[in-house]
Amino acid sequence: MPDPSPVSRGFHRKHPAATQAERLPPGQYETRDFPVLSAGPTPRSPLAKWDFTLRGVDGRAARWTWAALQALPRAPRTTDIHCVTKWSKFDTHWDGVSIDTLLAEGAKQGVTSAPFVMAVCDGGYTTNVPLADLVDGKAMVAFIYEGEPLDPEHGGPARLLVPHLYFWKSAKWVRELRFMERDQPGFWESVGYHIYGDPWREQRYTGDP
Amino acid sequence: MTTPVLAGAVAARVRWRTATVAGVVDETPGVRTLLLDVPGWPGHRAGQHVDVRLTAEDGYRAERSYSIASAPEDPQLALTVERLEEGEVSSYLCGELRAGDVFELRGPIGGYFVWGVQDGGPLFLVAGGSGIVPLMSMLRHRSAMHSTIPTRLLYSSRRWDEVIYRDELLRLADKDPGLVVTHTITRDAPAEFRGYRRRIDRAMLEEAGWPSGDAPLTYICGPTPLVEAVANEMVALGHDPARVKTERFGPTGPVE
Amino acid sequence: MGSKARTDALHLDGNAAAGLLGEIFSVDVTAATATCLGCGASGTVGSLTLYAHEMGAVLRCGGCGDVVLRMTRTPTDVWLDASGARCIVIPCR
Repeated sequence: MPDPSPVSRGFHRKHPAATQAERLPPGQYETRDFPVLSAGPTPRSPLAKWDFTLRGVDGRAARWTWAALQALPRAPRTTDIHCVTKWSKFDTHWDGVSIDTLLAEGAKQGVTSAPFVMAVCDGGYTTNVPLADLVDGKAMVAFIYEGEPLDPEHGGPARLLVPHLYFWKSAKWVRELRFMERDQPGFWESVGYHIYGDPWREQRYTGDP
Repeated sequence: MTTPVLAGAVAARVRWRTATVAGVVDETPGVRTLLLDVPGWPGHRAGQHVDVRLTAEDGYRAERSYSIASAPEDPQLALTVERLEEGEVSSYLCGELRAGDVFELRGPIGGYFVWGVQDGGPLFLVAGGSGIVPLMSMLRHRSAMHSTIPTRLLYSSRRWDEVIYRDELLRLADKDPGLVVTHTITRDAPAEFRGYRRRIDRAMLEEAGWPSGDAPLTYICGPTPLVEAVANEMVALGHDPARVKTERFGPTGPVE
Repeated sequence: MGSKARTDALHLDGNAAAGLLGEIFSVDVTAATATCLGCGASGTVGSLTLYAHEMGAVLRCGGCGDVVLRMTRTPTDVWLDASGARCIVIPCR
């Protein structure tokens, strides 16, 4: 079974954010809850029928069943998350498979990448993210939250996790990542939310600089 | 490896391997070489680099790129790291890290700033500070291959005690008439130092390098301002831009 | 319109969107009739199922679950996407 990232003994971040204020993007407040926001009813996808797809622009796709996804190397991480509705939650613990791993596996099956990605989810939700924001450890398909299988309300069985962007980009119930040559707005991006969504530049709405 | 070329190249590029520190060598007060065991290491070409990733207990991760210092022929992979004052990763690698520790490594990366004896010469290597590292890989490779390709190194440092690989460069040059090493020290040079005592300029490049008519292969590596200035001078001296290769370390830095 | 077999605590009905809708419509739109483009079912906007009222309003057809109306409020604009409705009939008397 593949090993997770080894911990480098004695390494720690150089500038631990001493105060809450340093960890909060502009306009946010810290919550200890985990509010649930959904654009539709919670899908209930049976794991036996569940699969995850990476699809290239030419349509060539790589697919993983639930079992196959579970067998891939994991990339646990602890991170802060920031919702556009102004709450932020610190030190959330996730585990799943990094997008880098999926891309590498997909490349072996002939899936070619493109600069942009649309996440497509059970229930029809979509969100767009540049490929550059999904690679190099920045994102994963997460299915464990705080050591337990991800609750359906929070996107289980699996959600996309892209914590450096507003949390609407961390698409719940993700089933497919579809490559696109050009950026296209997803569900919220097409009704007034920012196409990119960087919480540190407070890019909440279309037209925010 | 029998995977298709493109998919295989992507797979090697994105795959993280575990590196175990076999030993460390403190080259100068601010620079350390890490000697690594990397099971499955696919080999590299002189001039390439790797991505290094550290994961802390709390899952925090940091990633940096470092040039490979070892020759492709060397049994162990060596990276030489300069400690940067505000550097989160470099201060760990040059400080706390010790033999037996592990981190992740990905590569080798880089198909442009590479040299092998099959590429010929004459060879002109220009280094500023820690820019010497990938060029040292080239010199070690040249030595391992017992190559006689005429080679000149011009190496700029701030102080004599900051010159990396100082003794090894002396040994390499001493035993090989085909290799000439020229130093310039831009701040404090000892009285007995016989090299240049200023920043690299056009006159120095003309004296220490090859005439443009010899059509050398030139590799320049160091802080961005130095690299860009030297590259411009080389072209002004009549060298073919296609035979001048550059690698910049970071957006800012002292022009040494 | 269809009723839900399971209570989904996240949803409200379209009446809760009255405030948001009232910002752009001068009449009470919750009394309007919307015909779902997906399945053709008709019903009052107020009886549509409302989701995500923190981010805006997503009004879904009670029959097939498709999105009929979407509305969001930014600091400068209100966005209305009615592409999920074949038509909306607003009583003006």
